[in-house]
Amino acid sequence: MEDGVKVIEIKKSIFEDNEKEADALRAELKRKGVYLLNLMSSPGSGKTTTLIRLVNLIKDQVRVAVMEADIDSDVDAVKIKEATGIPSIQLHTGGMCHLDAEMTRQGLDNVALDGLDLVILENVGNLVCPAEFDTGSAQNAMILSVPEGHDKPLKYPLMFSICNLVVINKMDVMPYFDFDLDKCKEYIHMRNPKATVIPICAKTGEGVDELAQWLLNEIKNWKN
Amino acid sequence: MHELGIVFYIIRDVKKAALEHGVEHVNAVVMNIGEVSTVVPDYLTDCWRWAADKEDLLRGCELRCNMLPAVTTCNACGKEYPTVEHGRTCPYCGSEDTVLKCGNEVEIKEIEVL
Ligand SMILES: Nc1nc2c(ncn2[C@@H]2O[C@H](COP(=O)(O)OP(=O)(O)OP(=O)(O)O)[C@@H](O)[C@H]2O)c(=O)[nH]1
Ligand SMILES: [Mg+2]
Ligand SMILES: [Zn+2]
Repeated sequence: MEDGVKVIEIKKSIFEDNEKEADALRAELKRKGVYLLNLMSSPGSGKTTTLIRLVNLIKDQVRVAVMEADIDSDVDAVKIKEATGIPSIQLHTGGMCHLDAEMTRQGLDNVALDGLDLVILENVGNLVCPAEFDTGSAQNAMILSVPEGHDKPLKYPLMFSICNLVVINKMDVMPYFDFDLDKCKEYIHMRNPKATVIPICAKTGEGVDELAQWLLNEIKNWKN
Repeated sequence: MHELGIVFYIIRDVKKAALEHGVEHVNAVVMNIGEVSTVVPDYLTDCWRWAADKEDLLRGCELRCNMLPAVTTCNACGKEYPTVEHGRTCPYCGSEDTVLKCGNEVEIKEIEVL
């Protein structure tokens, strides 16, 4: 070592500050009675299609807004607005593969939170990075679509361990894939025994009512 | 892409630490990187070079990665085994009910200053 070089021990995880920011945001949202759902999945699993179905089912019962996180486009935000009429805002992550609590807070600053019950965040399509960064959401949920295979929970353990809701989408294509729903549930529960699993078909809307019930119940509990 | 994001978090934390310790220039940053963290050390140092040289505090500052081994615990038989070699399946009993004990760390170990 060079003369005069001093070593300062830091020993700090780079996720630590984000975790603090996320906890602060969560507490603030709790005080305001706003439920933030962080929705994650691989690209193309059906987040936007599911959101449109879901929002149209519940928008008369709760006041909802959607935030779309995308690396660099606003296709999804426009689609949501056109198909549901509810406020939707686009967050550009500036090349980042995930959203963190600070970016989420900045996005929320563009939404009039007063009077809202629910904000749904469509995270960047990716099963790795978003799992490492707490956004400050009340709950993490993910969508796994049938073509991706039932062994995804084994391949992306962290993602499945942080999600208390796993939606299995594209049930209509089951006949064309060797997707084993029971095995999939078993693997999901290995990663998170508490996880609720809801199979749906966003294309036809099948199963989305169960998803809506789950969410309405979550919001009710959050506000108590 | 992922690594560049990580680099920005490192820079933020190193700046904070430098301020706390009244340091004007950092010569090296030493990271602890778990073997199965999602960070690729080569990409990380490349991104680091690009981003760090934009900061007065970090101009020319070297980033060193110290790799930490990954260990998995088997919930079925209670034994521990090296993750990279055996993956999710316990080599002792064949169970897939296993959890990562360590190996996904991404932490700043220390900084070297003059
Ligand atoms: N067969 C079938 N196709 C579906 C279903 N749900 C969505 N899709 C199709 O899957 C494709 C991707 O759907 P999106 O809703 O855009 O998926 P996404 O997860 O929002 O995609 P990104 O935002 O790009 O990550 C579209 O072509 C949808 O029409 C379904 O239940 N069944
Ligand atoms: Mg989408
Ligand atoms: Zn075992």
